[in-house]
Amino acid sequence: MNAPLNPAASGAAAPREEGAAARRLSFILVFAPFALWIALVILVPQLNLFFLSLREKVGPQVYALGPRNYTELFGESVYVLTLVRTVVMSLLATFATLIIGFPIAYYIAKIARGRARTMLFMSCLLPFWVSELVRVFGWMLILRETGLLSRLLQGLGLVDGPVELLYNDVAVMVGLIYTSMLFMVVPLVSTLDSLDDALVEAGYDLGGNGFVVLWEIVIPHAKPGIVAGAIIVFMLNLGNYLTPTLLGGKNSQWFTAQIYSQFITRFNWESGSAFGFVLLVTSSLIVWLALRASGQTLSGTIGKG
Amino acid sequence: MRDVKGIIVGLLASVMLTAAVPARAETLRLLTWGDYAPEAVIKKFKDATGIDVEVTISNNEDMISKLRATGGAGFDLAQPSQDRILGPQTDFSIYKPMDLSKIKAELFLPELLDASKKNTAIDGKVYGVAHLWGTSGLVVDARKAPDIKSFLDLCKSEYKGRVSMRLKRPALLGMAFALGEDPFAAYGDKAKYQAIIDKAGAALAACKANVKAYWSGSDDLLNMIRSGEVVAAEAWDSTGFKLNAENPDINFVAPSAGALGWIDTFALPAKGKNDDAAYKWINFVMQPEIAAMIVDSAGSFSASKGSDQFVSPKLRAAFQQAFPPEVIAKIKWFPAVPAGLEEMEGKVLDKVAAGN
Amino acid sequence: MANDLECRALVKSYGAFTAVNGVSLAVPKGSFFSILGPSGCGKTSLMRMIAGFIEPTAGEILIGGRSMRGVPPNRRPANMVFQHLALFPMMNVADNIGYGLRRRGMAKAEIARRVGAVLERIDLADSGPKRIDQLSGGQKQRVAIARCMVLEPTVLLLDEPLGALDLKLREHMKVELKQLQHQFGTTFVYITHDQSEALVMSDQVAVMNAGRFEQVGTPEDLYYRPATPFVAGFVGDSHRWGGRVTAQAGSDLRVATSAGLALRATAVVPLAEGAAASVFVRPEAIEVRVADGRSDPAPASADVNVFAGRLESLLFNGANSRAMIRLERGDLIGAVLPQNLLGTRLGEGAAVEIRFAAAATLAFPAGGDAP
Repeated sequence: MNAPLNPAASGAAAPREEGAAARRLSFILVFAPFALWIALVILVPQLNLFFLSLREKVGPQVYALGPRNYTELFGESVYVLTLVRTVVMSLLATFATLIIGFPIAYYIAKIARGRARTMLFMSCLLPFWVSELVRVFGWMLILRETGLLSRLLQGLGLVDGPVELLYNDVAVMVGLIYTSMLFMVVPLVSTLDSLDDALVEAGYDLGGNGFVVLWEIVIPHAKPGIVAGAIIVFMLNLGNYLTPTLLGGKNSQWFTAQIYSQFITRFNWESGSAFGFVLLVTSSLIVWLALRASGQTLSGTIGKG
Repeated sequence: MRDVKGIIVGLLASVMLTAAVPARAETLRLLTWGDYAPEAVIKKFKDATGIDVEVTISNNEDMISKLRATGGAGFDLAQPSQDRILGPQTDFSIYKPMDLSKIKAELFLPELLDASKKNTAIDGKVYGVAHLWGTSGLVVDARKAPDIKSFLDLCKSEYKGRVSMRLKRPALLGMAFALGEDPFAAYGDKAKYQAIIDKAGAALAACKANVKAYWSGSDDLLNMIRSGEVVAAEAWDSTGFKLNAENPDINFVAPSAGALGWIDTFALPAKGKNDDAAYKWINFVMQPEIAAMIVDSAGSFSASKGSDQFVSPKLRAAFQQAFPPEVIAKIKWFPAVPAGLEEMEGKVLDKVAAGN
Repeated sequence: MANDLECRALVKSYGAFTAVNGVSLAVPKGSFFSILGPSGCGKTSLMRMIAGFIEPTAGEILIGGRSMRGVPPNRRPANMVFQHLALFPMMNVADNIGYGLRRRGMAKAEIARRVGAVLERIDLADSGPKRIDQLSGGQKQRVAIARCMVLEPTVLLLDEPLGALDLKLREHMKVELKQLQHQFGTTFVYITHDQSEALVMSDQVAVMNAGRFEQVGTPEDLYYRPATPFVAGFVGDSHRWGGRVTAQAGSDLRVATSAGLALRATAVVPLAEGAAASVFVRPEAIEVRVADGRSDPAPASADVNVFAGRLESLLFNGANSRAMIRLERGDLIGAVLPQNLLGTRLGEGAAVEIRFAAAATLAFPAGGDAP
């Protein structure tokens, strides 16, 4: 029964393969600009950096291959401490952004309606209409010793003299949270939006209080958004340069400032590249760990968010 | 295949054409410090020569980085400090020698011109000629901090949280001098130099509690001093003169160990395309009246002969207050930095920045 | 018998709009009570007030004899099966069912035992570890009910839970729901816009319209003895005429329709001569005969309406097949197609005669809004 059918089947397969080839070609054509962009803008510079980082300076304009830039970085406790400090502060700032952003996102997604919703969303977006530099200067005007907040506190009689609120880790945190809030709120709103109100009501109806409903229903539902937002915000914090440099105190060294000073102040591109690579590997590692711990995949979170 | 080749050739040709187009209007691409090329001077230069000037504001480190990135291309004239030419030139070959015959030497103060020639010479070739000079020392609000005379005074406990510095080599070296060392004399001896800057670094770290914030741009510092948040700072004299014009209580104070003197130069980037325009600019801005306009704008002193007559009286008064002849005599001029020292300094400064 | 649920003069207003307007009801223990009404009639607001999601503007709700004023939904002895079930997709079946028990701080082993028992009762004994999206529509339905029943609520509220199911499954679930209710013996309050769901399952049905209860009664009451024209029109099929009372003797009326038809009807509420009336008759109350001239037409008596007409079309739908008959006066009337006519080759256009008893012809004062 089957035998006579086979030639017909294979005959039909040939044009189908041709069609597939044509589709593949058109896919390659469509994909080519993107691949080129990725290669030129991301891959090639990274590889270049990597090779630079393996160059050891022997004398003026003489270089050799070797790991000295890395051993120097890890041999100098100042640099390692700065890296650890930057990672820890970035994680803290990410967590704080989540804690502050979650209620905002919940309000936008579930409670606010119509105009208020748009307004709230816009107000999250508003800071991004000006450059980061202007935003940071705004905070400097508010937090400095002769600034708005200090005067307000004095005016209210809460403090005796002027207080310096700038140049410390808290100021850096405030700046980081402010700068990255939107990137937390947007993925959260989009996942919370898809949460059926009935699930929340059912959570209450079956005996849960607000905390239980949040913990067992809302947060598990929002997990992809939480992870996506946290990854984006963490990367932004880790890679931020302006905010920690301008708001930070004399002790608030950020790792990116180290990279900057290696590249720009020291003209030591080799060691700057090594610093950059260490930062890249560190952040990738932490994101990977976070994804593993939360049982999410990159495509399932960033892709969705 | 031939079609593809044709397309590529055509593309290349069009790219080269577009690249060649901007040559029609002559421009000078100037890499310099803020206030070194005021609008009015640029306009006069254009009127006189028909050349447009494109200014990119920068500082020593940034100039070196920018030129290193391109191998010395992208700019026709740069203005690094004379002490920052030798090292980077040895490491990166970012400048080309100057043709001194194209420079009108009679416009320059001879001692400054000679000093810069000597300090920027490599293998008998000169890489920079003096333009503006100034010093690095202290800016003090005399009413709020009357007794600050030295770098060590910045670290007095009564000024806790009230002083500022720029965490760069002038602060480190200024501290070394204040501690009685002579780092310049140790430039040739790396081990000795390391010991000196380690000592100065430790002193800066110990002084950290007094520092409100390390400044990075002069605008930061201006704001902190104007608002009274900072009463004394390690700073350039030009910053002091600028503030003096607003508030006579504030002025530059040369540290008792001597102010650190620098000379900013004109230098030709290795792959500059318009050397003629660069020489024209040098000879133009060194004319006394023009040089005085730049002095007024920058607050630094010019190597132009006779320019001081045209400088505004206010600036001259501030200068005379800060720089009586015996102070000028004590200025420690930055010698050319040998390659490798900046890296050592960098590590010490990193430790100061991170340490607590 | 004690009432598990009682509402007293409940009112819910949103600004000028009154969604629920003075509703009172009493649901005896263990009964199946339905609230039937078109969408927008206020039944959802009523249910959400009982569940505690919204506060009544006025009135009182008692569950198990206890006032629910100020009691939040998670403390009410009433649980709800949501329209789209609202099973928690982030938990498996067993965790869904155990959710409420965990809230009561019950020991893990006890929770597992109870969840296992209820899963067995709903024939899903092995499905505890399954994800929600691995269940069929009917299984989800049962899990949603089990999730509430395991808490042994005084009242189970069901918000049109069959609406999302396909027709076949819906028919099946109607029977199954009724069985489950028998099995658990819990008081069910069921809201729906589907009269057949309400009629099949309920002990008592309240017909709701525009924020009020039109009538509360057994399904038979509603069907055969509608109290208002709305109920007569909404529950079951019926043909409706508008007309005027021309003669009245007790509840016996004669009504002239606007098309000029003279009807004998029975007044449900007293109607005076000259009053405008709405007259309803059900399709199955209409008898269709072939007017072939051979069978002797029964004389029109005082309690039967007889009209001649022509068969315009036959709408075949098995046991629900209809004959559409055009009367001489122009009215188009649907009647249940009698079995004896089903097989015959009754041609369209054939002359027929229809009869319906005056007792089955119900007259209401006109003006009541009928659907």
